[in-house]
This record gives sequence, structure tokens and C-alpha cells, in this order.
Amino acid sequence: MNPTIRPFWHPLTAGIALGLVLLLTFLLTGHGLGASGFFTRLTAWLGGEIARPAAEANAYLGPFLTAATHPLASWISWEIVGVLIGGVIAAVSGGRFRLRVDGAPNLGGSGRIALAVGGGILTGFGARLARGCTSGMGLSGSAPLAVAGFVFLIGFFVVGIAVGYLVRRVWA
Amino acid sequence: MSLPLYDTGIASGLLSGILFGYVLENAGFASPRKLTAQFRFTDWSVFKVMFTAVIVAGIGLYAAIGLGLMPANGIYIPTTFFWATLTGGGLVGAGMAVGGYCPGTSTVGLASGRLDGLFFMAGMVLGTGLFAAVFEPIERFYLAAQGPQGQTLPMLFGLPAWVVLLLLAILAAAGFAVGSRIERALGGPLTAEQVNGRDASRKDELVEEIEIVRVQTG
Repeated sequence: MNPTIRPFWHPLTAGIALGLVLLLTFLLTGHGLGASGFFTRLTAWLGGEIARPAAEANAYLGPFLTAATHPLASWISWEIVGVLIGGVIAAVSGGRFRLRVDGAPNLGGSGRIALAVGGGILTGFGARLARGCTSGMGLSGSAPLAVAGFVFLIGFFVVGIAVGYLVRRVWA
Repeated sequence: MSLPLYDTGIASGLLSGILFGYVLENAGFASPRKLTAQFRFTDWSVFKVMFTAVIVAGIGLYAAIGLGLMPANGIYIPTTFFWATLTGGGLVGAGMAVGGYCPGTSTVGLASGRLDGLFFMAGMVLGTGLFAAVFEPIERFYLAAQGPQGQTLPMLFGLPAWVVLLLLAILAAAGFAVGSRIERALGGPLTAEQVNGRDASRKDELVEEIEIVRVQTG
């Protein structure tokens, strides 16, 4: 019933593998890996489904509501589908797949979900402000040595450490 | 054949994504406990994996340019908008500290069966909508302090790329050494057993308690 849980890769192994995947993506497409771009397109699409006139009139989401920017027409959406597939393959083959509500270990289910939604809101807003997330800006910006990637990572780690200290009681 | 191929089709997206997701999950980055432990310095995997990946990909990219396989302006290099880039990065860091993920890792979180990853995604949609709602009032901040188009560290410091990469590698090696020492002093990085074992969620504890009660009463 319970398959053997296989250990994670050594960070150096995982880092080299991630670097090679990132390099392959650059050579294949001309840009790096991303994630938040998909959620921007998803938000625009949902906005268009729920309140089309308001979404079209919105200065930020409006331009995403054309056929060319439909979620299914963009590379990053298929990349995210791939991330799900690759994640399932790794989790299942490593004996690490299990349905659960993970998160802040010192909270119950509803508290964990509230923190997940709250953290998601901060991240969704922040990724738009930064023009990318940990993957699209932090990783894919820093690899070609863009100043923007490193500025992002400094903000990410400094604020992450400070907020991590404030919430340490629920997370550790 | 000239690089990059500029292949942005479905197969290319799926290929990059599958490899990306496979590596992220194997690194342990589907676990919000492992990811947030970086901010408490008890697990340095996020720093180690990201820094290594940046250097490996950076060496590959600048080698491809240096060997004439790819033009220097062939790949996308983001432009800094100092305040927006910095505070946006900060908010993404805060989001991970609170919610346990970033956009890519919430996706592998869900892929490993973590339903909180799905709620994090729902939060991101709300946050993106919120950003769109206040976009016009904050547009000046969004565009403030724009840096030179596609500026890189070699341009900023006036150094060759290989020198910058070498300095980053030295910094990474120092970070690996310091991080590993701190990790050991604080009990070691979280293992797959620890974040996936039976004690990893309250639901399992509950199941265990029911088992104990059953044994006692039965």
C-alpha cells in the first residue's frame, strides 16, 4: 500500500539538472522557463468569461483577451501542462505522491488553506509587479545575467526571510 | 543551424515543462515545508539549486554566444524597473513565506497530490485580478526607475561575462559551504521521508489516532 519513499536529489545534482533544462529551453525558444505568465492568461480568460466588458476595458488584462493570447495559444500554458505531467511522473515514481492538504504544519486544514490563498494573492500581485516570478524573472532573468533577475532575487530572499520570521510559529 | 530555434509550439512547451516539473519535484520543491525552511535557514536547498542552475545555464548561454552558435541579442533579457522589480520580488518572497509556494512550485505541489497548491493557485488568480484592478493608479510606480534595455551584470560592472560567472561561482561555493554548516547545526535539510512520512499532515495523525483507538477498544 505504502510505496517506498525515495530520497530527493542532492541539491547540486538538482541544480545542474535544472540549469541544463533552463539552457535547453533558451536554445529551443529564445526565452527561459516561466510560470506566472500562465496565471496571468488564466486570470484574463476567467475575467473575459465572467465580465467580458470590464475585462476588455481593463488596461492590464485587456490586451490578453485576443485570440493570439488565448491560454491554449500560448507556449507557457503548455509548459505548465508539462510541469504538471513531469511533477506527477517524479512524485509517483519516487513514492512521494499522496493526496493531502499540506502547508503550515502547526495549523489545521482551514488555516492551511487560508494561508495558501493569502500567500497566493501576495504572489499573484507581486509577480505582475515584477513582470515575472521566481522562475520567469529570478531563474530565467539571472541565468543570462540580467540585472533585473538579481534585483528580483534580492527582494525575494530579503522579504521572504523577514516574513518567514514573522510566521515561524505556524511553519516550524 | 542557428540558435535559438525560436520554437514556441505545443511540443516545445510540453517538453520544457515536463523536464522542469520532473526536476522541481525531485529537488523536493513540491513540499511547502521544504521551500519555506529556506527562509528560516534550516534547509538551503532553494538557494543551492537556484544558484547552481543560474550558473550552469549562464555558462551554457555565454559559451554558445562566445562560440558564435548564437547572437548575443538572440535571447530574451528582461529590463529592470528597479522599484517594481524589487518590491514585486519581495511580494513573491512574502507569498512563499506565508503560502508555501511560488507559481511553478505550487504546480508541482499539486502534481504531488498537495491540494493546498491548488488553493495557492486560486489565490494567484485573485492577486493577478487585484493587480489589474489597481494597475492604472500604480502605473507610475510600475514604470519608475527603468534601467537600460536588457541590461546585464557584465554591462553594469564593465566586466567580461566569464569573470562575472566566475565570481558568481565563488559566491555560490561560499554559500554552499556556509549553508551546509548552518543546516547541520539546525538539524539538517528536510528529507523526502520527513515531508512525506506519516507525520507530515494532520489527516494522517488523525488516521493514526483512530487506529490507536481501534486497537485499544477492539
